Amino acid sequence: MTQFDLFMNVVATGVLLGSVYAAVALGLAITFGILHIPNIAHPALVIMGGYFVVHANRFGVDPLIAALVGLVPFYLLGMLLYSFYANTFERRGRADVLQSLTLFFGLSLVIEIILVLAYGSELKSLTAPYIGSSLRFGPLTIPSRLLVPAILGPATVGALWLYFRYTNSGTAIRAVAHDERALSIAGLDPAAIKRQAFGLATATAVIGGAALAMIGPIDPFSGRFQIGRVFAIVVLAGMGSIPGTLVVAIGLGIAETLIASYLNPAWSPGVAFAMLLGALALRPQGLFGTVR
Amino acid sequence: MTRGGWTFGLAMLVIVLAGFLAPHVLKNPFYFFAGYVILQYVVIATGWNILGGYAGYINFGAAGFFGAGAYASAFLFNAFGIPLWGSLIAACVIGAGLGLLMGYLTLRIQGVYFAIATLGLVIILETIIHNIPALGGARGMVVYGPPPPGWAAGPPQYMFVLMLLIAVASVSLARWMQLSWVGRGLRAVRASEDAAECSGVPTLRLKLLACAVSGAVLAAAGAPYPFYTSFVEPVTAFSLIIGLNAIAMPLIGGTRSWQGPVIGALLLATTQQIATITISSELNILFVGVVLIAFVALAPNGLIGLVRRKGTEARL
Repeated sequence: MTQFDLFMNVVATGVLLGSVYAAVALGLAITFGILHIPNIAHPALVIMGGYFVVHANRFGVDPLIAALVGLVPFYLLGMLLYSFYANTFERRGRADVLQSLTLFFGLSLVIEIILVLAYGSELKSLTAPYIGSSLRFGPLTIPSRLLVPAILGPATVGALWLYFRYTNSGTAIRAVAHDERALSIAGLDPAAIKRQAFGLATATAVIGGAALAMIGPIDPFSGRFQIGRVFAIVVLAGMGSIPGTLVVAIGLGIAETLIASYLNPAWSPGVAFAMLLGALALRPQGLFGTVR
Repeated sequence: MTRGGWTFGLAMLVIVLAGFLAPHVLKNPFYFFAGYVILQYVVIATGWNILGGYAGYINFGAAGFFGAGAYASAFLFNAFGIPLWGSLIAACVIGAGLGLLMGYLTLRIQGVYFAIATLGLVIILETIIHNIPALGGARGMVVYGPPPPGWAAGPPQYMFVLMLLIAVASVSLARWMQLSWVGRGLRAVRASEDAAECSGVPTLRLKLLACAVSGAVLAAAGAPYPFYTSFVEPVTAFSLIIGLNAIAMPLIGGTRSWQGPVIGALLLATTQQIATITISSELNILFVGVVLIAFVALAPNGLIGLVRRKGTEARL
């Protein structure tokens, strides 16, 4: 394999990996980016979604179908979580950042331990016909276990973008981020809209979890490694920009694989945060954000 | 206030004396082993609260400072044979430097962004340590500390007394900061940074000061750690549970005053020590998670807030 072929393969892997990161980060782009709720439990919810898919897979259900089925219970779970959050904080007035962060921090611990108690702390993986084979495009070798989950990311991004742009409820969610007060004057209930958005965000966690579990085995604590990455993506994308999330996630995926292949795999976990710190210091509104 | 100061000083003196005398009464070294961890968390919670509680800047990266302190003392001892007292001072300087760096890097960001940036600090530090062969990389470093001095009954007792001194020093520092002009300024920053700046409070300098002091105290908590476990490696030195407890303990006790983190740390760390022995470490984490959620939902101002609720409501 020539130097250039290697480079192409590295970049291709980065693009695929980045598409998966997008699927994981999307939910946070909605909760944190649009609703401004610092939901650091999102990665834990993603892993919970992964476990849902793994559990269904044990009974021979295809991971993609399991993820589609899982959208419903996770949507309801998200609405429940938002109701709890709103009851705890919004009744009291404005939510304190420290308190809401702590609430979600506690929630992610609870999720992790419930998963440990239910499934044990060892790694769990999926089986499906398309996991294990690989496709060749000229000099590129693409493993299907990366290709299939990588399609989930852009597909979800596309669906959400259409939803936010062309449906009434999608427009309402964008409106609630823009001006909650005006919305309630117009006769809509902001809490109901936010609950719906939070449900939607939590539903995407199943897709992200399915994608992660397809790439490689997961354990209950896998979410911790994603916290930094997803926040870096959401902030860099400019808070709530859905297409921006995909672009930044792919960029991050390429940066991580380049560093892992040419420098040292041990450096790649720091990449997301180094990018994030740099961005926060230099361009706090994100790459795709607008100055408010 | 001076009378309060005398009472406080006397109480601290009594606590230190009790710590020195305790090994003559309690023979089981386990109590000192567990007591060390509890006191370590008193230091961590107190250090965190200087920035998180007084100034309202939430630092998720307490483990980063703790780990930096631990690695500083382990490296200085292994490479140059610098004794614990020397490396404790070095750890404080490094922690303060890291705090200043964090403060400078994050000057423009507040609230959630600051919290996330500090989370990044831990990951970056851990990644750096992983990649430096001189610091042992992922394998870690073995530290054979010197034998304890003659007056101590054994290594756990010696480490316990040392950590007690660090705890007393940091609680006194936190108390002084709270009651002095620094604390008043930081309270103004927390209430409204813009209003404080407009009223002539040097918000920038106060924030940097709080970052540095908080960092130094957190690093001091980590400095004796390699000598306590005879070993330091990246995963435990930068453990998430440290960052978690650093936030949970002040929150449970109450973040507005120096007593809050002390009460929270004593309660939570003792419970954790008991839970780890009697139940399991998983359920221990589950317990912390549930307690956190319960406190945020039901008693947002901590135990102290719960007790003082009537008074506060009257004042408001």
